[in-house]
Amino acid sequence: MLQIALTLAIFVLAVIPMGKYMYHITTNKRTFADPLFDRVDNGIYKVCRIDRKGMSWKTYALSLLMTNAVMVLAGYLVLRLQHALFLNPNGIEGMEPTLSFNTIISFMTNTNLQHYSGESGLSYLSQMLVIIFMMFTSAASGYAACMAFCRGLAGKRKDLGNFYEDMVRITTRILIPWSMVFGLILIWQGCPETFGANITVETIQGKLQDFAAGPVAALEIIKHLGTNGGGFLGANSTTPFENPTIITNIVELISMMILPGACVLTFGKMCMDRKKEKTAAAVKIKEPVFGKQGRTIFAAMSIIFLVGLAVCFVSEKAGNPVLETAGVGQEMGSMEGKEVRFGVDQSALFTTVTTSFTTGTVNNMHDTLTPLGGMVPLLHMMLNCVFGGKGVGLMNMLMYAILTVFICGLMVGRTPEYLGKKIEGREMKLVALVLIIHPLLILGFSALAVSTQAGLEGITNPGFHGLSQVLYEYSSASANNGSGFEGLSDNTYFWNITSGLAMFFGRYIAIIAQLAIAGSLLAKRQVKASIGTMRTDNVIFAILLVFIVYIFAALTFFPALALGPIAEHLTLWFS
Amino acid sequence: MKSFLKYVKSAVILTVLMLIVCGLAYPAALTGLGQAIFPHQANGSLVTAEGEKTTDSDKAVGSAIVGQDFSDDARYFQGRVSGVNYNVYTEGDKADGSYTGPGSGGSNLAPSNEELKKRVDDAVEQFLEKHPDVKEGEIPADLLTASGSGMDPDITPQSAKIQIPAISEATGLSERELEDIVNRNTAGKTLGIFGHERVNVLKCNLEVAKALGEI
Repeated sequence: MLQIALTLAIFVLAVIPMGKYMYHITTNKRTFADPLFDRVDNGIYKVCRIDRKGMSWKTYALSLLMTNAVMVLAGYLVLRLQHALFLNPNGIEGMEPTLSFNTIISFMTNTNLQHYSGESGLSYLSQMLVIIFMMFTSAASGYAACMAFCRGLAGKRKDLGNFYEDMVRITTRILIPWSMVFGLILIWQGCPETFGANITVETIQGKLQDFAAGPVAALEIIKHLGTNGGGFLGANSTTPFENPTIITNIVELISMMILPGACVLTFGKMCMDRKKEKTAAAVKIKEPVFGKQGRTIFAAMSIIFLVGLAVCFVSEKAGNPVLETAGVGQEMGSMEGKEVRFGVDQSALFTTVTTSFTTGTVNNMHDTLTPLGGMVPLLHMMLNCVFGGKGVGLMNMLMYAILTVFICGLMVGRTPEYLGKKIEGREMKLVALVLIIHPLLILGFSALAVSTQAGLEGITNPGFHGLSQVLYEYSSASANNGSGFEGLSDNTYFWNITSGLAMFFGRYIAIIAQLAIAGSLLAKRQVKASIGTMRTDNVIFAILLVFIVYIFAALTFFPALALGPIAEHLTLWFS
Repeated sequence: MKSFLKYVKSAVILTVLMLIVCGLAYPAALTGLGQAIFPHQANGSLVTAEGEKTTDSDKAVGSAIVGQDFSDDARYFQGRVSGVNYNVYTEGDKADGSYTGPGSGGSNLAPSNEELKKRVDDAVEQFLEKHPDVKEGEIPADLLTASGSGMDPDITPQSAKIQIPAISEATGLSERELEDIVNRNTAGKTLGIFGHERVNVLKCNLEVAKALGEI
């Protein structure tokens, strides 16, 4: 318990300076590292002849889509041709077309669902030129979109910013420096980092043992920092080479939490900016830590996160009654699929974090979690707004925030406003689209899977847990998370194609609609707050927001959850 | 059309730039630094039979941070159940195709799965046969459950101590000696707070083998 609380305390301490740094980067304010990075960035702009004009939401969205499309093409070629290219010391074959399709969509959309196993499926060159490359670019794309969205909502400027500039600034000023420093810490603790082939040794009993090696640490750190989640090795961060000690476990936890958390702070500060300029242009006000608007959003996210964490921890700690009957003590909790060095507490924390912050890396096997312990990650991917990965979570939470002011506005019969802008029909339609597409993808594809032979063949655990496996796969795909109930035999045409589509639509429909909302709000005139305006910066709003999120989730997903994890829990404990 | 081409051009430029910076320069730089500063760890934390660090796979007998399979020899400490047999194999296994290359992973059996119950039931029965002093229900949870990675190097101190009487009988080493070996290879919590107490199985077994004169 204590170590969970302290890990979260480190997160809160780390997120405050990072939020400030990120805010300065987003708004082109001065930071301590400018003398170095200004030179690097200006060099890049010059060499690449990047046009640094501000963009409308349409131009911004088009630039993002076009860039992602070109990257997909480049990555696809590398995967298909990896056997013929260099840096392939382990002699890996080229990848099959539907698996390549799934993999490339998976990494470009920041999902990192893996239907291959890193040890046998990818050459080192593919790990670098496809996986690591996309871990940087998909994360940068997400944060760029989020920054543009915040600029729209904050309404300080006339445009959403410049996509190419955002991509470069995020990569050079945040992603690469952090990855270099903490990558070295991972190596120090035991993550391999080599271009040499896999290692074989002779054991003291005269047998042989293989170790899959490679540039593991380089991938490992950006995997977490970019909330990507796809492991170098099949079993991801459970393996000692990806996550050797408790220190690496905490580095990985903080790395995946820090940027989504910092996004909320950045948003809060940006909204504050406008008021500050209006009211007290002459008076110098100290920069707030959170900003009032950011604080309510951060609080609402934290409440949902902590509720989930508690359920997951208690459920895992309670253990598995079946094993208890078989004669294995359960005082330490359910250890099937977990590592001794992490135990139940760090495993439950990692599980909740990886799905709340939509990373998708795992330090224990989610398929073997207890039913309710496994329901928490499932639910948080279904919500997809509890911090969330790469800026997208914040945007989703703001969708719920707009929905909340809309519903409250209906109750009192006033035109709803958010951040001084009227919320009208056009915005609400787009919000509804974003909120509906996600459950539609999850439940629609799950229904398809359980009603077709090709889908049913993937299920490997009998009974209610089988449905959980299917739900988990599509929730993970649609929320761009990437963790899995790994028992599912998902490297088939059916699963590769359907989950590929879920990832694609889950990512791009939402991002385009959200940028459109930002563009639409930006174009509106600011209305003065009156006595009848609902305040969105107080405790009541945070609580309302939490309730709206839970009610929305319950109405949409409860029937499916009841048939999966809840039914499994009841049969396990009460039959 | 003209503006479409402009988008494509900018996208291609950005892609090439990112490929070079993030896909090639960054991993190359980190590999260079890692190999220079932490050569032992960057090459898999290999250890020799004496338990010394090495980067030479010909001298190594395993990795300090990866578990190893000892299940066919009652004289050694047993690690956790592995879904991939710790990637340990013989030339024969490779020839007949029962070992196809390194992998990782757990059992992926749901808590409600009958197969899990059967596996654990069998394991408990075998364990009690080997360790007649142990009562049912006293077996620690980590020992007979599969690890997530299939390569967990550790067991809990309880799981190590419960094996001592049987190992003492099989090897002739005194229980006291074995307890010392376990204590020497037990790592505590980091800063007294983070993580869990754990015993490195491979390191224990290297000391057992040395005491028996096997190496």
